[in-house]
Amino acid sequence: MNIPGIRAIFNHEMDRARRTIFQSLVSPVISTSLYFVVFGSAIGSRITEIDGVSYGSFIVPGLIMLTLMTQSVTYASFGIFFPRFTGTTYEILSAPISHLEIVIGYVGAAVTKSVIVGLVILATSGLFVDIYVAHVGWMLLFLLLTAFTFSLFGFLIGIWAENFERLQIIPLLVVTPLVFLGGSFYSVSMLPEFWQKVTYFNPVLYLVSGFRWSFYEISDVSVVISLSMIATFLVICIALTWWIFKTGYKLKE
Amino acid sequence: MPPYITIENLSKVYQNGHVALNGVDLNIQEGELIALLGPNGAGKTTLISIICGLVRPSSGSVTVDGHDIIRDYQKTRKMIGLVPQELPIEPFESVIKTVNFSRGLFGKNPNPQYIDQLLSDLSLGDKKYSQIKSLSGGMKRRLLIAKALSHEPRILFLDEPTAGVDVNLRKETWDLIHRLKDSGVTIILTTHYIEEAEEMADRVAVINNGSIIVVERKTDLMQKMGKKQMFLELQEPMMQIPEELSGYNLYTQEDGRILVYNYETTKKRTGITTLLKDLSSMEIGFKDLKTEQSSLEDIFMDLVDERVEILKHAESKFATNG
Repeated sequence: MNIPGIRAIFNHEMDRARRTIFQSLVSPVISTSLYFVVFGSAIGSRITEIDGVSYGSFIVPGLIMLTLMTQSVTYASFGIFFPRFTGTTYEILSAPISHLEIVIGYVGAAVTKSVIVGLVILATSGLFVDIYVAHVGWMLLFLLLTAFTFSLFGFLIGIWAENFERLQIIPLLVVTPLVFLGGSFYSVSMLPEFWQKVTYFNPVLYLVSGFRWSFYEISDVSVVISLSMIATFLVICIALTWWIFKTGYKLKE
Repeated sequence: MPPYITIENLSKVYQNGHVALNGVDLNIQEGELIALLGPNGAGKTTLISIICGLVRPSSGSVTVDGHDIIRDYQKTRKMIGLVPQELPIEPFESVIKTVNFSRGLFGKNPNPQYIDQLLSDLSLGDKKYSQIKSLSGGMKRRLLIAKALSHEPRILFLDEPTAGVDVNLRKETWDLIHRLKDSGVTIILTTHYIEEAEEMADRVAVINNGSIIVVERKTDLMQKMGKKQMFLELQEPMMQIPEELSGYNLYTQEDGRILVYNYETTKKRTGITTLLKDLSSMEIGFKDLKTEQSSLEDIFMDLVDERVEILKHAESKFATNG
């Protein structure tokens, strides 16, 4: 195992976040605070409670998930795309480092960064609304699994993307809509029956639902289904990553 | 001594059908400096990219110190440093961070003394904490060399180290490469500047159209392939070569004012003495005399031309047969 190699990639990625601290940490915190002002105060004052939880508190898990997913994808995709863009992948590809070790370095850094941002948002939320976490262990497990899955997903996007536009397109056009339509800011039971059925095809619903359960013990679907959905998505991402390195897709001639 | 790097029957066909390498065999000894010389697109970069792991070979094998570059890539790559042709570096990092990154990537634990020494050897000591984007082109190139040497490799690949580099920097780079060689590093450099190979290499491999045409010690190559020419500046222009001198390989230049004699240095008798005797007996006087040896450049052009002739020949044969 090339431990110094993994550490080099990991530190390199963490350094990038340190250099761009505003973009990495401050901007998600500001945008979350804006959500609280708009959804929590302006709209939330007209919605009393959902399943016995105040609206402001209800949206906290969804907000964390929203940031966690988009940031995981962004960090990981940018991490591998940037060397491809500058041409520095030559060094990684010529180094005595296995594919698994490369993924651990990049994805590990993306997971670490997005989990930190997630926890910071959790803390920020505490300034606006009352929060209690019923199952801390489960909460952290959902946080980690989601960050890991979406970081792998981001890594794949970073390899697939040919330019900066493509790099943005998936987080913007796929992840964000799925999160918004996945019950982050409402309970599925509030939707008309037809749209409830549509929502069940949205994988993000299961993540948000499971995550919210770890806070307030309320959920749209059972926790077991949530966990198996996230596991399925994770396996798909792992398989795709494995295939990319096996074939050298877009990395090697 | 067994070869340090063994390349056997190495071929590469790219997906678009382009044959970049065609059955290349080459042995490289430890500590030697070999220049891969060839025109653009000859396959030089493909060859070193395969050895460094950037390109997969279509067939054939490469071993480094007895280890297969694919099966034992973690062993072979630790021994190798690569300086690419372009200048791909992340602009926002600092010099020291990017060099430490390279060292870690190649599996080595930090060694600040070694890195400091390396940077100062490459005249980058005072730029340690500078952002890469603030460096000049020459410094960036030296930084790439520092990155390639950061993990103390035994073998260094330099892909066109002086392409697009000014005269001073080229001289500096050559000095640096000489110093590296003196420290025992095996160096493989690609170049299409013949004078670069002439200046530095122990051996020269001429590569064209994906095949190695010739591999020779530089001195042997120049001796074997080299021609010498003697130029005589005549007092009276010579309109045509006299019958008596037809036995010599002679021709005239500049409207008969210069008489050129081609001879081979490898022969025991160059024929110069008899030619001069004959000239004086015919009362042909000359004002000045100089000799020139063909450079590696001429030899290279001859080799590549020869190759083109062979190809043309094969093509025409194919055309008539087909």
